[in-house]
Amino acid sequence: MKKPALFRVFALFLVISSLHAFQSDELDEEFGLEGGNLQPQEQILDPVVPTRSTPTRGKYSDSDSDSKIQITLEQAFGDSDFFPAATFSARLKTWSHGAQTLTKLRFSRNSFTEVEKQKFQKLLEEDEFYRIRLPSNVLNPTGKDFVISSVRARCLPRDGLDEHFVIHTEGVNILAVNYGSPGACPYPRQLRFPAKWSFNSHTVLKNSEQAPRTPTFAEDVPGELGEGETVPPPERSFWAKYWMYLIPLGLIVMNAMTQAMNLPEEQATGQSGAQPAAAIQRGPSPAVRRR
Amino acid sequence: MAMAIRSLLIFLCIQSIAVPTFSLYEDQAGLMDWHQKYIGKVKHAVFQTQKTGRKRVLVSTEENVIASLDLRHGEIFWRHVLGTDDAIDGIDIAMGKYLITLSSEGSILRAWNLPDGQMWWESFLQGSSDSKSFLFVPTSSKVDKDNTILVFGKGSLHAVSSIHGDIVWKVDFPDESFEVQEVIQHHDSNIIYVVGFVGSSHFDVYQINAKNGELLKHDSAAFDGGFSGEVSLVSKAKLVVLDAARSTLLTISFQKGEISFQKTYISDLVKGFSGIAMILPSKLTGLFAVKTITATTFISMSSEGQLEVVDKINHATVISDALSFSEDRQAFALVQHGDSDIHLNVKQNHDWSSDLLKERIKLNQQRGFVHRVFMNNYVRTDKSHGFRALIVMEDHSLLLLQQGEIVWSREDGLASIIGVTTSELPVEKEGVSVAKVEQNLFEWLKEHMLKVKGALMLASAEDLAAIQGMGLRSSEKSKMTRDHNGFRKLLIVLTNSGKLFALHTGDGRIVWSLLLNSLRQSEACENPTGINVYQWQVPHHHAMDENPSVLVVGRCKPSSDALGIFSFVDTYTGKELKSFGLDHSIAQVIQLPFTDSTEQHLHLLIDTSGQAHLYPRTPEAVSIFQLEFSNIYWYSVEADNGVIKGHGLKSNCDGEVANNYCFGAREVWSIVFPLETEKIITTITRKSNEVVHTQAKVVADQDVMYKYISKNLLFVATVSPKASGDIGSATPEESHLVVYVVDTVTGRILHRMNHHGSQGPVHAVFSENWIVYHHFNLRAHRYEMTVIEIYDQSRADNKDVWKIVLGKHNLTSPMSSYSRPGVTTKSQSYYFTQSVKAISVTSTAKGITSKHLLIGTIGDQVLAMDKRFFDPRRSVNPTQSEKEEGILPLTDSLPIIPQSYVTHALKVEGLRGIVTVPAKLESATLVFTHGVDLFFTRLAPSRTYDSLTEDFSYALLLITIVALLVAIFVTWVLSEKKDLSDKWR
Repeated sequence: MKKPALFRVFALFLVISSLHAFQSDELDEEFGLEGGNLQPQEQILDPVVPTRSTPTRGKYSDSDSDSKIQITLEQAFGDSDFFPAATFSARLKTWSHGAQTLTKLRFSRNSFTEVEKQKFQKLLEEDEFYRIRLPSNVLNPTGKDFVISSVRARCLPRDGLDEHFVIHTEGVNILAVNYGSPGACPYPRQLRFPAKWSFNSHTVLKNSEQAPRTPTFAEDVPGELGEGETVPPPERSFWAKYWMYLIPLGLIVMNAMTQAMNLPEEQATGQSGAQPAAAIQRGPSPAVRRR
Repeated sequence: MAMAIRSLLIFLCIQSIAVPTFSLYEDQAGLMDWHQKYIGKVKHAVFQTQKTGRKRVLVSTEENVIASLDLRHGEIFWRHVLGTDDAIDGIDIAMGKYLITLSSEGSILRAWNLPDGQMWWESFLQGSSDSKSFLFVPTSSKVDKDNTILVFGKGSLHAVSSIHGDIVWKVDFPDESFEVQEVIQHHDSNIIYVVGFVGSSHFDVYQINAKNGELLKHDSAAFDGGFSGEVSLVSKAKLVVLDAARSTLLTISFQKGEISFQKTYISDLVKGFSGIAMILPSKLTGLFAVKTITATTFISMSSEGQLEVVDKINHATVISDALSFSEDRQAFALVQHGDSDIHLNVKQNHDWSSDLLKERIKLNQQRGFVHRVFMNNYVRTDKSHGFRALIVMEDHSLLLLQQGEIVWSREDGLASIIGVTTSELPVEKEGVSVAKVEQNLFEWLKEHMLKVKGALMLASAEDLAAIQGMGLRSSEKSKMTRDHNGFRKLLIVLTNSGKLFALHTGDGRIVWSLLLNSLRQSEACENPTGINVYQWQVPHHHAMDENPSVLVVGRCKPSSDALGIFSFVDTYTGKELKSFGLDHSIAQVIQLPFTDSTEQHLHLLIDTSGQAHLYPRTPEAVSIFQLEFSNIYWYSVEADNGVIKGHGLKSNCDGEVANNYCFGAREVWSIVFPLETEKIITTITRKSNEVVHTQAKVVADQDVMYKYISKNLLFVATVSPKASGDIGSATPEESHLVVYVVDTVTGRILHRMNHHGSQGPVHAVFSENWIVYHHFNLRAHRYEMTVIEIYDQSRADNKDVWKIVLGKHNLTSPMSSYSRPGVTTKSQSYYFTQSVKAISVTSTAKGITSKHLLIGTIGDQVLAMDKRFFDPRRSVNPTQSEKEEGILPLTDSLPIIPQSYVTHALKVEGLRGIVTVPAKLESATLVFTHGVDLFFTRLAPSRTYDSLTEDFSYALLLITIVALLVAIFVTWVLSEKKDLSDKWR
């Protein structure tokens, strides 16, 4: 399984580099999967402004069958009804174990008509919601269950209208769509009209991330608090190891030295002790003078 | 030198890591904590007063507790809490030494030893169908060897030996839908009559040999009018039952193999009868009671089957079962409500006109109506018969009445708390001097002398006991005024019975209690239930002259579309300020973070149709609300459909309820979980009043991480539908647990993680930027606790000090949910050996103190665990700098240190919730745990670093200072003298 996957990635690289002419560089899900399974399985699709149907089918020689499906993105201005605005085309991949997943999502957006432009301008002025929705079940849309997302219209305009989709899927079901501006949308939101009325779309397809495994240790390794296993600390300098002994020692030595220095002094004063005593007796001390 | 300081720091750090628990000494138990034991609303009671020794009453309750209470004081001798799904169907005493309980819809029969409550035996009764269950212990006067108990459960009748619990015989009735109503065994006869209904119109009688369970005879008769359930056995061979329309009484006699029906219209007996009637369940002979809307009618039946009305009572009335107190004499108790008191009458079965006992008892108005009464007799000192009655009140309290007085009472409503909030106590008014509080100076001195003795280890054992006693009943902690540290508060709890209690945190006493009239049965509201209690008005500016109040929210019926009820209660006086019914239902109550000029909290109520209603209904509240109108969002979870929706506000709502305080809502976002793969089992958010001290977290090597702190985060856990049952019902392959962190403003999924081979139940706690949840790992066959921490990447580059100094940072910019969040998450799982009933986290006033998780374990104890154990950054070999930061070495399982049980030796039986409240002192947090029992304590997760402990002896400090001053003075005088003498020399 590993070899074909690697081969596929390699082939994909070739394809990506060869597809540079038209601005769609798509990543397959295997791309993110190999290597780190802790990474979220993301597919990043860069803006595909006008989509062209690219003959990608031939590149895959899998036994897994896959088919193409179309998902309609609907939009609403404020509290209006939803009507189609764009289509996602995706590939439905059926794995050998029966599970189906959506891959290779591609997006084509209809640009705003004049009426829609006016409606959007009104939204911008009122700081209202621009809402989108996708069917939650893409295989057989019941027309009932939709995942909805909305954004304050003022978050979208930059040069054009920048939008960012994050589509969370679970198998063939769309769990949620997160819609918003690709960057920040600081509050309070300023009224700003886009320079050009074309959408600049980014789409990310997200699958569930795998939870990290609980670490397992052999029986003997950790103690109750994990203290048992301490790696011998790196060799420290003599000073770092024994400073707590050295400092008191130094202090004692210093103390002893000062005492030793005082001793001869005292002896010296002791010898001449009689004189100052006599002097005190003779001359009255300042304290005495105060009285 | 820097190195030295560093090493010292490391040393200290490791020291602090080594003992991250706090525990208390034996003599400290009960100083800061209190524990109260309850049993719940009593369902059945049997007295055990025949033998000498301590008289007791054995009860089973709606909280699935069986207990033996002291009849003199109401204390609990012993108590067992059966599981939540093990409801008790009946109890009785067998052979004078066992308490027999039948539970779990007639499938588990147990015998408990009466004196100590040890289980003697346990039998599981198998059967095919679910049915009513029934326990019948024959009262045979002579104790013979094969004393059997008759149990009807699971569709068959079992005879069980009361000595060892073996099933002697078992009868399956030929008709599976046979519903047993009564089992009758005549005194010392070998024939058991089992009567019941098949379907709604067939009456069947079976005669069974009591020795071997042989079916002797089966009679059946049909009645066109149908039956309606309740049966009253009036004599040995006569039953009274209502027909399906509940307007006709049917007397059924079934003796000697013949079944005959006799119809009597209630309207013939009771004048002005209309509507439906009900037979009160009672076991009286020759008498039964029929309850209609207006009155309770007592009807006697003569031996020929003639019905005659003996009395009609218009008040609420409750009757007890019959009690035979001497040879052939039977009595029963009748309790009626007067204006402010209750009348207890004990009557003989055949003689309605005279009373054996007539008592009038003054009763607290806050107890409501009498719900059940159980009677017992005793022999008075003058050898006459005395009677006592155990009554269960509307507020679930239990009272023993004897000689016209309440001998004892138990507030067992507190066993079923549904809502908790806190209220501050009144500010201490000026003029209250210290002398008034401390009784007198001599006492005060004595106390301090004792403390000094204790501190200097001079105290004798007696003194030590005195010191401990002083601590326990210290007047300081149970004072009715606010204290400096915020330890003294009122816990306002709402119980299932609709009664509100205020408990003092100092000693747990009930300061006031109030049976809310709005939560009692009335014509407008037939079956009201409380939902929760919220802080309504918390005066800070006018704390001296205004009282705080709480809001109690309820609804008329248990179903969510019933109309709501509001009630406001003053927390100082315990009086209901006002109450009213709402004109809409209540699906959600959202406490908004705004207050009006009178410091009332604004509340937004969402009804089932999705409209939002603002309270208080004042123009001022609306004007405050309008300012933030466009920034108010909420979410709703439809667990059955697997949908989570986000809502925002729209203009005023339309329709017939249109007013200024009603707002329409619109759907802003939605998340749809595919029903075939995911089922929502848990959702949890952060506590709205949680305080976070700092967003920045300094990690090893002077690096900074920014916590992603948003109040609008929702944690959702889903499992595969197959794995939503009990543990073990699904294989690891078909079960998975997916957790989500969702922003509730935009519906953005910030994090999504799949645990393969795991399943619920999931208990979670969300605080600051982290979530800890508990689940079961099927592959490892162990419980796990997983932590998720969310960090903000968009602020991560604010690390340069110069940037911050020059103001080139985005730390002060407001956060918007509409910005694309740059978050990173870290997570880690650890094994945990216990299953969990509840998880909570400590909360402090400023959020500086480190957090402890409070885990309510399956053993009904509360375990405190340092949050550092749940750090996702723990690694096997933490580097030196990580150790300095306080990161513990990685282990695969979480240690359970016995000293860190905050409940120490106690158990909070039937633990349901853990509530934490910050105290004013930053280091302390108050923890209130409720279940069948209540437990309260004060914790200091990082020890009390900001105050002296309570047992700190100020007197000793004072004495030391004085002694030092004296010593200084003395030495000064001495040295002066010496100086002087030196100088004079």
